[in-house]
Parts: sequence; structure tokens; C-alpha cells
Amino acid sequence: MAETEGKDCPIETIESLTKEAESLKKKLEDERQKLNDVTLATVADRLDIINYMNIKPRRTLKGHQAKVLCSDWSPDKRHIVSSSQDGKMIIWDAFTTNKEHAVTMPTTWVMACAYAPSGNLVACGGLDNKVTVYPLSLDEDVTLKKKTVGTHTSYMSCCIFPNSDQQILTGSGDSTCALWDVESGQLLQSFHGHSADVMSIDLAPSETGNTFVSGSCDKMVLIWDMRSGQCVQSFEGHESDVNSVKFHPSGDAVATGSDDATCRLFDLRADKEVAIYSKESIIFGVNSVDFSVSGRLLFAGYNDYTVNVWDTLKCVRVCLLYGHENRVSCLQVSPDGTALSTGSWDYTLRVWA
Amino acid sequence: MNSDKAANKRKPEPNNGGCTGTSTNEDAIQTQTPSITEESPNHLLYKKMEKIVEKMQDETTGVPVRTVKSFMSKIPSVFTGSDLIMWMLKNLDVEDQQEALHLAHLMAAHGYFFPIDDHMLTVKNDNTFYRFQTPYFWPSNCWEPENTDYAVYLCKRTMQNKTRLELADYEAENLARLQKMFSRKWEFIFMQAEAQSKVDKKRDKLERKVLDSQERAFWDVHRPMPGCVNTTEIDIKKACQMNKPMHGIKNMQVGPPRMSPSTSGINSKSSVDIVKKQIALLKCRLERRNIKVSKAAESFVAYCEQYLEYDSFFVAPEYPNPWISDNPELWEQEKQAKDISARRVKRWAFSLQELLQDPIGREHFVKFLDKEFSGENLKFWEAVQELKALPQSDVQNKVQEIWMEFLAPDASCPINVDCKSYEITKKNMESQDRWSFDCAAAHVYHLMKSDSYSRYLRSEMYKEFLNGSKKKTSVKGIRSIVSFSARKDNIT
Repeated sequence: MAETEGKDCPIETIESLTKEAESLKKKLEDERQKLNDVTLATVADRLDIINYMNIKPRRTLKGHQAKVLCSDWSPDKRHIVSSSQDGKMIIWDAFTTNKEHAVTMPTTWVMACAYAPSGNLVACGGLDNKVTVYPLSLDEDVTLKKKTVGTHTSYMSCCIFPNSDQQILTGSGDSTCALWDVESGQLLQSFHGHSADVMSIDLAPSETGNTFVSGSCDKMVLIWDMRSGQCVQSFEGHESDVNSVKFHPSGDAVATGSDDATCRLFDLRADKEVAIYSKESIIFGVNSVDFSVSGRLLFAGYNDYTVNVWDTLKCVRVCLLYGHENRVSCLQVSPDGTALSTGSWDYTLRVWA
Repeated sequence: MNSDKAANKRKPEPNNGGCTGTSTNEDAIQTQTPSITEESPNHLLYKKMEKIVEKMQDETTGVPVRTVKSFMSKIPSVFTGSDLIMWMLKNLDVEDQQEALHLAHLMAAHGYFFPIDDHMLTVKNDNTFYRFQTPYFWPSNCWEPENTDYAVYLCKRTMQNKTRLELADYEAENLARLQKMFSRKWEFIFMQAEAQSKVDKKRDKLERKVLDSQERAFWDVHRPMPGCVNTTEIDIKKACQMNKPMHGIKNMQVGPPRMSPSTSGINSKSSVDIVKKQIALLKCRLERRNIKVSKAAESFVAYCEQYLEYDSFFVAPEYPNPWISDNPELWEQEKQAKDISARRVKRWAFSLQELLQDPIGREHFVKFLDKEFSGENLKFWEAVQELKALPQSDVQNKVQEIWMEFLAPDASCPINVDCKSYEITKKNMESQDRWSFDCAAAHVYHLMKSDSYSRYLRSEMYKEFLNGSKKKTSVKGIRSIVSFSARKDNIT
């Protein structure tokens, strides 16, 4: 389509283009349907049913004065950083339940926090639209060495260190993601493509770690190439905001949790949704999802105060974890897969095993 | 409660919080976030709950509602907790009584039904009486009641000389606080309360009983008693999103299609671009070669079978799980280079990535490569990974360094890459960045994987290490197998 043509008679062009888009879409749907030869649950039929799960709360971390909004495990497998609506970020030794640092942020509503791969640095941010890093040291006040790395034009909803202490990847309410250089605060790459607030991001577990996934209030799940800033794949299907995205440990699929009360599994190689995890009696939205080490279990934290544990392969619920007294806002399996941490609006964090 | 209040959705005043007793200021701001639109996540939930409530209220198949005689009076339109739970177990796909109770509790907390004489909105599986809320008071009607409304309501309660309407302690405290806050307006509030009270008094006795309780339950939702969850709160991210002026374009997706023709005209230039982008994306998707679902499913099953042994939720680790045993031995053991368990060594054979992720595995692989005089590939690959992790300011130097060391004509540690990757890399050197060597690194990684790594796995060196580790940890090995089968018995 020539550029001049677009300028001269835009309306006609739009119509023809839209038509073309529609026919392509139809074709794509047909193509995808051809791949749909059998369901995941049928293939998983030969596996044993999981009908006994002995997951119990093992630790309760009390200390936040308001809703816990985000948490992240340290690479050392026992520390946790958590952020809360009271404007505090706390570093816990979850094993002993001791608080090692309690940092007061310049803003309340610290929506996101993350541990750096070295375990010596944490990043956080939220309604201040900024991502700030704090080097952790036991000797001096953590806030002395804090450093603002990047600024979005709306709240920062999620952040993650992509295999390096020197970069931070952020997602924001301004509907973009961004990769920042920690030292200089330089924007290395920005990622445009979502049409509404980005809620969650996750790094691909591949050896190169050059791609990541994002979920957004535009109901879309996008896969990005960090090098080019381009969206390389997209998944639709959710009927409401996508609140959480997480790569399958194999890196071949992405699990999502949404306000439509479902979790889904999107396969990158089949380029389509391959499973949906839902039940009629589950009506509350999902805030956070994560896999167990083998990818067999999907933990999902809901607004109904519970964690539902799904058998990802047979596509059935294995068990329900009760305990929190308000919405479960965040959840993460520990780096060695020995435990599950949950954070809630009931001001507490819990560790399950 | 006047009906005109439903239409009366005022903008939130920035600083009128602090009267709900438990809530912080921010809670107050949050609860007053305006415009719960059709799309709001809460609304989605309300619709689902209301579908259930409607089923519950079906005259023939719903929860049995009756009027109960007690002493001198009647209790109109109530049902018992146990009837409700029984209905839920029969009609919803809840698994057990606990789940039914939990869902019932949540629906009560949202105000769809309520215990007839308790401010705490929960459900017990016994003969406690509950009543349905009238649809007028459902949260989906976008109630954002103001403190003045609350003041009128509390004030009215003090006028009705009935024990059942007596203010609870926290309500009396709230009233006192509100009276202080609205001191100048109090006369007006008092008059409104008086007028409402008069209207109420004219009503039929039973009808009044029902209405009073429904109004009370409404306020129990919007101004919950201390210790109860305020279910009308919205996630701050969602509140921010809904407050944005550009909120309307949420449905217009740039990515995959859902274009409405009506977008043409106003922003024609940008919508042309959008559709063009969309077409490009669709074409790109159509060109992709994809695998069938069956193949994808097989791979997930295989992955699960391979890694199940390492999944603590299924198989106990070789040392007791620290979270269960309160013993951090597992983590301490991992750090030490001796006594490497067979199952850890076994994992190195799953993929090159697994091998390199384990520091001891990597070290062992380096030793193997040194013996074969082929260590340069791994060195190069690791240098490239290091480059990617550097601060921006160090990238230039490192790019030069890597080029000089591995790829330049007089490289000190030359690597063999195919000429295509070499040409690409050479071109990349014109505009150096952290990705300059990505293509070459991918090629080298592939080489390592198909060549050195597979030879490593077949080597005596790896086999010896695997066998050696097995011997050393034989006792523990058995223990882990025993616990595995014991656990498996439980599973099946």
C-alpha cells in the first residue's frame, strides 16, 4: 500500500485494509483450528491423578501495616522482599521470619519490587511512576544509596532484573514496558504495543534470556524481543484484564491469570491457547500465577482470598489453599521450588510447603 | 435511604476520609474512586454473583425462604445457614462444605445476603437466620455512599426507639466523629434523618423489619465494622486505569484485530497505521510454522515426567525440605562442592543449559573441554552473556575485547563460526551494542550442544562422576527413593 494513497483517500483505504485484516484473521483462525487435533487433558490421560497434596502454611510474615502488593524471592532461596501500600519495603529472612530491613519509600503504594540476581540489590516503585534501586547492606541505612533508575508516565506495575544487576525491565500503567540501564538511568529499549496498562511481565527461562512476556488490561499477552523492542508473538483469549503472566519452566508456554476468573496456558510453538483452568464456582479474578519446578502444578492467587492449585496437564483443580483473610495479591514459587510464598491484602505474607 | 441518591453520584472530595473507623486515609480514597463502569473488574464479579443469587431466589428451586414465628412476633423472609449451604452443595460445582461456606461468606461480605442480627457479614452452617438483600442495594448499582448519607442513616437509627436498632459501639463512635466533622451541616443532616424516620414509621411492621435490616446490611458492606473486610475496594492499579481519560480506547487493540469501522475519519492517519500494523502482524502470524497441540502436549508431559523428581511438591528433596523440617541443611549442602548427589548430576544430562546453570556442573564441563582443547567456545559464549549483563558504559570496551579475543584475524583465542554468522557479526561491529555477538553466540551454543556437550555426556569423565556421586550418597539415595514411593502411594 503506497504511502500517498493512504493520505489521499484515507477512508477508503481503511475500509479495504480492514477488510484485508478481517480475511486474514479468518484465515488465521482456520489455520489454528487445524492444529487443534487433540486436547492437552486427553494427552495427559495416561498420567496418574494427583489426589493428595499436603501443602500447609509453614511461615507467616507479619510486619506490614497495610496491604501487601508485591513480593519477590531472593536468589538465596530464603529471603523475600515485599512491598506494601503503607509505603514500606521489607526484606525478610522468611526462614526465621525476621525482618532484616524495613525501608520507607518516598511514595505509598509500592506496587512492585524485585530482587537482583546477585541478591545484593532490590528495585521497587509504584504510584511514583519510578523504579528505584536500593543496594542492600547491613552496615548502613539502605536509603542512603538509593538511586532512581527510570521514570514512566504512569504508575510502575511490575519490574524484573533480566539476568543482570545492571538492567531493569519495567511494566507500566502507561501501557509500555521499558529496559533501563541501572548505572546511568538510560532507557535502553522501550516496548510499545499494548493499548492499556501493563500489569505483569516475566522473563523467558531460555539460555539467552532475550525474550519476555507481558500481560495487560487490553486482555492481550505479548511476547517481546528485548534486542529489537519488537513484539514477536501475541495471544488473545482472556475476557478481562490479564493480571499475571509466567513462563512455563520449559520456556515453551506462558501461563496467565485474569480478572475473568480463569488461568490459561498459551503455547509459543503452537501459537495458541492450549488449556484453560477454570471452574463454574470460581468467580473471582486471578492476581498472580506461578509453576512448580516440573510445570505440573500451577498456583494461582485469587481475589477470593484463596490459592487454587491446578494440575496443568489434566486441567483440573488439585486443591485449595485457605488461610489469607483478604485478596491474595502476589504469589511466587521459591527459586529451588521448595516453597510457595503468598502476599495478601490482609497485611501478611505466608510461606507454604 | 432516598431513591434519588442512586442517581446522585458525586465526585469524591479529596480529603473526606477517616470516618470509617478501621480504614486509613488511603482506603477512604480508594473506596470512593468513582465510576465503577461496566468493565471494572468488580462489576464483572458482581454480575457472576448476581446470577447465583437469582438462582438462589428461584421460588421453586431456590433456597427455601420462610417467615418464622418466635414468641410474640414474626421473623419475615428468612432462611437458615444450613439450608443455604445445602443448596450450594447441590447446585454449584463446589467441592465440599468448606468451599461452599467460603463462597457463601464472600457473597455475604459483598452484601447479597446477611445474618439478620449481626453486623459481621458471614455465613455459618447452622440455624442462624439470613435474609436476601434487595437488588436496589446490590453493589452493582454503583453505590459510592457519602459520609453525609452515613450520618443521616446513623442519626435516624438513634431516633427509632427500638433495641434491635440500637447503635453498636463502633457505630456510635462513627456517629460522634461524623457529628464533629459535619458540625455546621448537622442541623440539615438531623432534619433529613427525621424526615426519613417519619416515612419509615408509616410502613407495615413486617415490611419495616425487612427494610431496616436491608439498610443496615447495606451500611455493613460500605462501612464495615472493625475487623471486617471492605469488599468494595478496588485494586489501586485498576482504579488508576479507570481514572484515565484515554480509558475509552481500551477496546481498540493495536495488536490482533478487533477493529471497529467507526474509528475511521477522526484519526484516519493513525488508524491507517494501526490497521497496517495489524495486517503485518497477521501476515507474520500466518507465516509462522506451528506445531500441533498434540505435539505441544506431549512435550509438557515429557517435561513433567523428566522433572517430577526435582519438584518438591511431589518428591521430597534428598535433604529434608527446610520449610517443613526447620532444618536448612539442604541449602548448606548445595553450596558445598563435595557429596554431589546422583540426581543432581543426572540433571546435567537434561540439557546444556541445566549443566551450565549448576556451578559444579559448569566447572566439570570446563575441565572436560580443557582436556579436549576446545574450551574457547564456552569462553566465548560466556563472554557474550557477560557482555549482555554489563552496565551500558562498559559495553563498548567489552565488545572490542570480545572481538579481539575471539573473532579478529589475529585473535588470541579464535573460535570457529560459520561464515554467515561471521559476516553478520562483522557488520554488527559497525554499530556496536550488547547484542552484537548474539548471532555468533547462538551458533556457537548450537555447536557446543550438538558436539562437545553430547561427547561430554558420553564421556567416561561424566559417567565416573555420576557413578561416584551415586556411591557417596547411596544411603540418601535410598532414602529419597523410599520417600518417593511412600509419597506416590499417597498420590495414587
